Order: sequence, then structure tokens, then C-alpha cells
Amino acid sequence: MADSLERILPRVQKPARYVGGEYNEVIKDRAQVKLRMAFCFPDVYEIGMSNMGMQILYGAINAEPDIWCERVFAPWGDMAEEMRRNSVPLYALESGDALGEFDVLGFSLGYEMAYCTVLDMLDMAGLPVRSEDRPELSPLVFAGGTSCCNPEPMAEFFDLMVLGEGEEADIEVLRLFQRARDAGWTKSAFLREAAKIGGVYVPSLYEPVYNSDGTLAELRCLEGAPEVVTKRIVTDLDAAYYPTKPVVPSTEIVHDRVNLELFRGCVRGCRFCQAGYVYRPIRARSAQKVIELGREMLENTGCQEATLLSLSSSDYRHLPEACDGLLDWCEPRSISLSLPSLRADNFSMELMARLQKVRRGGLTFAPEAGTQRLRDVINKNVTEEELLNTCRIAFEGGWNGIKLYFMLGLPTETDEDVGGIAELAARVLHVWRESSPNKQRGVRITVSTSCFVPKPHSPFQWEAQVDMAEYRRRVELLRRSITAKNVTYNWHDADTSFIEAALSRGDRRVGMAIEAAWRRGARLEAWSDYFSFQRWLDAFADCGLDPAFYATRERGEDECLPWSRVNMGVRTQLLLRERHRAYEGKLSPDCRAGCSACGAAALLDEGVKCDG
Amino acid sequence: MDRLRLRFEKTGKAVYISHLDLMRVAQRVFLRAGVPLRYSEGYNPHALISICLPLSVGTASLCELMDFRVAAGLDLQELPGRLTAVSPEGIRFLECYEPERKAAGIKWLEVGGELEYDGRAARDIAGEVEEFFAREHVEVTRRTKRGEGRFDLAGHLRGFRVESAEGEKLTLRALVSAQEPTVKPELLLDALRQSAPPLAPDFGRFTRIETYDADMRVFR
Ligand code: SF4
Repeated sequence: MADSLERILPRVQKPARYVGGEYNEVIKDRAQVKLRMAFCFPDVYEIGMSNMGMQILYGAINAEPDIWCERVFAPWGDMAEEMRRNSVPLYALESGDALGEFDVLGFSLGYEMAYCTVLDMLDMAGLPVRSEDRPELSPLVFAGGTSCCNPEPMAEFFDLMVLGEGEEADIEVLRLFQRARDAGWTKSAFLREAAKIGGVYVPSLYEPVYNSDGTLAELRCLEGAPEVVTKRIVTDLDAAYYPTKPVVPSTEIVHDRVNLELFRGCVRGCRFCQAGYVYRPIRARSAQKVIELGREMLENTGCQEATLLSLSSSDYRHLPEACDGLLDWCEPRSISLSLPSLRADNFSMELMARLQKVRRGGLTFAPEAGTQRLRDVINKNVTEEELLNTCRIAFEGGWNGIKLYFMLGLPTETDEDVGGIAELAARVLHVWRESSPNKQRGVRITVSTSCFVPKPHSPFQWEAQVDMAEYRRRVELLRRSITAKNVTYNWHDADTSFIEAALSRGDRRVGMAIEAAWRRGARLEAWSDYFSFQRWLDAFADCGLDPAFYATRERGEDECLPWSRVNMGVRTQLLLRERHRAYEGKLSPDCRAGCSACGAAALLDEGVKCDG
Repeated sequence: MDRLRLRFEKTGKAVYISHLDLMRVAQRVFLRAGVPLRYSEGYNPHALISICLPLSVGTASLCELMDFRVAAGLDLQELPGRLTAVSPEGIRFLECYEPERKAAGIKWLEVGGELEYDGRAARDIAGEVEEFFAREHVEVTRRTKRGEGRFDLAGHLRGFRVESAEGEKLTLRALVSAQEPTVKPELLLDALRQSAPPLAPDFGRFTRIETYDADMRVFR
């Protein structure tokens, strides 16, 4: 370890997150490997190490014997300051080598509030933040992850972006880069060639042209760039790489457990939900594989908890079989299984009762909207009756806390819908009074609301976000409607949602605001410790941009959207149809009840069916 | 033989693992190695592992002791190697045995220190440092759970000596009281900073070397 680092570490909080050395970290011989990649996660260690996507890609890339992929996280404020003050450049945990020694920097882009941190990490690595200011081929700076589905806000900073799942595409990019480096190609020659790899979006090959009203006229393809870049997927999850030897952190992280992925995609089609659309088509692991992977991972890590991950666990066809198989192995070893994102139905409750022997804490449900009308608008297929029924079973089963998540500001929402949230909470409380076997223990019902953020590639991608004053009015309305003292109401800030909305549907000019915000000191903006609303307003103003133009403006259905060159699998026609059905208050069947031919199945290999 | 004791090293990158984190790290090491740990009874069973003397973050050790309980017999000879093979970098198990004495019997810790003086010759400072710690009273203000208080190192610090002074680095050895009272070696630096600032180094690192009982016999 470098002497300067050793001197800094005793002065910062939780130094263990800055040194690596954890069990299962991958160490290779610098002299033997042909390519070195720094996998950069633009948030702190505790968050990044909990991220399943990062675990998968770290393992998949390191499975290539001659490529060494190392981890880099954003240091917390105290550490970042110490590093800058002592001229310690950002380094990778495995080797401790500065990022300047790497061939490739790959960023994981999962949420908009991490954008500024990407710039900060590049700067701490001693690199110019803009792609055009890095004329050399090396190092290549690219990104992957969900947020790349609108690549434009971060287009100026990355050399290329990989859309969709990276297990295969990332390695293709790395191999092409290796060839280019060894043959001495120029950066632009490499990028032109890279654009031919499926799923690769090269921002410099698309030139935005704007209308006089500030909307996008087109993204002009340059130098033969593909008209549309289609995301990549892994077709067969059973055959796909899975990290059975994940790095085991030596210090506390957010989710310190074995992550077991059940399936990808979601059959539900909630209209506000980006994830529900961009992760399609549906591909499931077999129960056998889940059990096998789970056992292997638990043995290789010594973790005492495994969690079964997917967007909607109840929709996993083999759930009972997989749970049985895992429980048979876990129970005698005092290993617990957890199952987030369950639906509020009876089957799920029975399962929860089995998994959670000790009924501490609360159960969480997300009805998302307070009235059936609005739930129909968003295609959230849960009825009040089902929800209350589930709550009844939960209370009877000994749980005494329920958390209910809602969004305010959904399209067509009225004051009646807002009031409906309070009424729903009151009914849940009523159910508790009727059904709790042990009323002395009391009950805690928590209602949380966030402000709806319209996201690219969802049926609500054209919607206006409600403005902040209106959101606050609805919060206040709800706050006054909730009178029972057993019901607690928490609400998210309007500020963060507004900025998130402006970034998520931004065009390339928004990148200037991101850079301006970073120059004004923004980093780790997902943390309330660091988020500053005023700084964002100033940053947008610096660039002559209005965040409201991006957040609260309804897009025309024929408007050219910044992500129009990106195909995430689902046809825009289907998104539009869903949008119109929303306004008609019509439900659409989920994939299990009937395939609506969303288009995503076309991404599968020939002969493979969508598991929807 | 269900009560066992392990002696292990915690050096290199592992010095940054906190005492609390080390408990979980140890539990996972045992599970990976397939050691049948014993768990506490009750609602929320936890593995019966205890680390004898908490070690400050940043301090290395060649002589850590950990007591644990197992539910079945084990080959004690091969256990340390088996555990080390599944441990994070810097954790190395040395031996495993059935303890004869309770950890409360540890009284003294032999510690080694390296003090770095940027741009100064350690040779010129060595004598004064030795003199400083040989004083009849070495008072230092320290923070404890009960707040700030004055503490006299004398009587709880023994055999302080400078082993070498080369270039800008001074190497020292000392015995510090391990418990009742607990004297962390960093306290030596605090004493210098507070009472003899010119002798305070720019950086210091410490290593625990050996554990002793009150009669100065090596504690196992
Ligand atoms: S192809 Fe059909 S079943 Fe598959 S995700 Fe699309 S709508 Fe659902």
C-alpha cells in the first residue's frame, strides 16, 4: 500500500472500504494479463458492493484469463478531500494502482443521481471528463447499465455506451479495443468499428439537431452509424455466467447477502415502470439452477442470508420448487432466505410466513395509487380487496407493521385519488383492529409517497411531471387527510424528483448542466448529505437551460425523443397504445394472461420463446 | 473439547477491518471452512465467537486471540491452515488449542512501533523520545466512554526502548497494559503531541507482537 494512502486512512470514516483484500477478490499478475479494466461504480463501496449487476460483470469479465477487471468506487466526502489534498489519484482496490494505468474504464450507470459522480471519478483519475478532450485511444471510457437507455445526457463524457445486458457485449468491446490498441488504431477508427457491435452506442456518431423551440429535430447519424442501436440480452439464463464466488466484503455494506437472480424481465406491465419494460423479454432460470447456484454461493461466501432477486418474485413460475430446494439446505444451517418484491396476494403471504419465522418488522406493499380508478390507469393489477385480504393474513400471522408505497403526481391523478391513499391506510388499520390476535403490541402503518418521475421507454415517457408546488400541495392534502395516530406518513422531497426527471429525459445539452453542477461541487447526489437543489438550479442556469423544460413539459407523441436511436426491445407503438389505454382507464393483461406482442421476444435467439 | 482458542495475525490490508466487522468476518471464515460452530440459544442465535482484546483500526497484530465454541470435534492441527485458506488478505491463523486460562489473564502486550519523521533525522530524536517515556510521570489527556480525562502512562508502560533509528524512521518496542487499564499504543503518540510536540512524528504505525500475563509469562 502506498505510504500516502496509509497516512490518510486512519483519518477517514470506515477505511476498510478503501483497501480491498476481501475474500474472493480477483488478483491476477499484471505482467501476464493483456488488458486491464477498472470497473467504476459511481457511488460508495457499500452501495456498489450490494449491486448484483456489478457482481455479475466483475465475475464475467474476470472469467477471461487474460483480462483483469478491478473494482473502483467513489470515495465518501472525507476520503475524496484527503485524496485530493494529498494528490492521491483514484485507484482500484485490487492492485491499488492508479486509474491512469488502466486500458479501460467501464462505468455502471444505474441511476441519474450518480451522473456527477462519474465526472468526479474521471477527474480524480486525472482524466478530462469529456470524450473529445481525450483524443488518445487509451484509456477507453465507456458505460453500461439501465440509465444508458437514454444515452444522451451523458453522451459527451463517454466514448461509447453498451445498451442492455453486458455479460457478452462488454467482452466483445474489450476484445475489439485490445485489437485496436495492439494495431495502433486511432480512437475514431476504433469507435467506428465498435459501433458495429450489437448494443454499442457511440455518442460521437450521432449529432443532435434542434428545432427553434428547443425540442430535438433529429439525431443525425454520422459516418455510417446504425439508425437504431438495439440492446443486448442474454438468452439462456441457465447457460449464462453467474458469479458463484462473489467478493465477500470485510465491512458492512447495504445488502450484505448472497444475491440469487430468479429471472429477468417483468410480466406485469405497470405503465409508470421503466424496469418493467426495459428488462424484457422474460427469461427465467430453472429451479434446479437457482438451487445449485444458491448452495454454491452460500458455501463460497459463508453468508448467512440469501435473497431471491427479480422485479416481481411472485411471478417466478418455479418459486415454490426453488424455495423448497433452498430451504432444505438453508434451514439446518440457520441460513435465512429473503424474498423482496412479492405481490400482495395469498400465495405470497403463505410463502412469507414460511420464510420469516420471526415476524419482526413490517411487510412492504406498493399499491402505488390510492383508488382503483388510478390503479387501472397505471395498470397496477392489485385490487383493494386483495390488498386488505393480504393485510388480514399478515396481521393474523403476527406481523404488526405494514409499509405502503404510493406515488403522487401520476397522470390523471385528482384530489380524490390523493384522498384515496388516506382511506386505504384507514381501511388497513381497520383490518388490523378486526384481525390482530394481539392488540396490545400495537400496529404501525407507514404510508410513503414519492413524486412520480416519467421515465424513458415506459408508456409514460411523454408525460409531464407535476410541478413541485403541485406535488407539495398534494402532500399537504394527504398529510391532512391522514388522521389516525397509528398511521405515519413519510414523503420524499420534491426537489430530488424534479432534478431526476430533468436528467432522466434530458437531451445532450443536459450534459452541460451535469458538468456545470459537478464543477460547482456536485458528487454523490443520491445522498441527502450532498444533494443541493440550488446548485442544480444554478448549474442549469449557467448553461441557459430550464430544468422544467425537461421535467414538467409534456412531449408531443411525434416529438423526436433523445433516446429515439435506442431500441430496448419494446416497440414504441406498444408504449403509445398503453399510454392511450391509460387515459381510457383500461387495464392491459399481463404477459401470463396474454402476450401483447410487445416486440421484446425478437431479441431472443431463434426458437427460444419469451417466458411471459 | 468444545471451547477452543485460535491465535492469528491481522496485518496488511486487514488492519482496517474494525473489531465489530471482524466478528462477522470470522464467522464467515468458519462457515466457509465448514467448522461446526456452536450458536447461542434463543430467539436470535449468534455464533459463540469472541475476540479477546479489541484491536484499534490501523494497528497490526501478530498475536490476536479468538475464543470460539464448536458443536463437534475438529482436527486442531490442520484447522489454522484450513481457515487461512478461506480468509481475507492479511488474516493468518497460527495455531488452535484448548485454552487453559481465561483471556482476562492477559496483562501485558508487547508492541512494536514505527515513527516517521518527514525531513528529519530519526537519529537526532531517538534519545529524547526514550527520555520522554522514561520520565516518572507521562501524563496524557485521553478520551474514554466517560469523557475526557488525564491519564498517567507511568506504571502502564514498561520497557520502552528505541530499537533503531534509520533515516527518517524510528523503530521502538514497549510493553503496554493490555487491560485494566487498556493502553492503546496510539496513546504514546498522543502523549508526544500533547507534551512534547517537537518529538511527535508525522506518522506512526504499531504492531502487537506478543501477549503476556501479569508475571510476564507468554499468555496462550
Ligand atoms: S413478448 Fe409478450 S410475453 Fe414476452 S414480454 Fe413481450 S408482451 Fe410479455
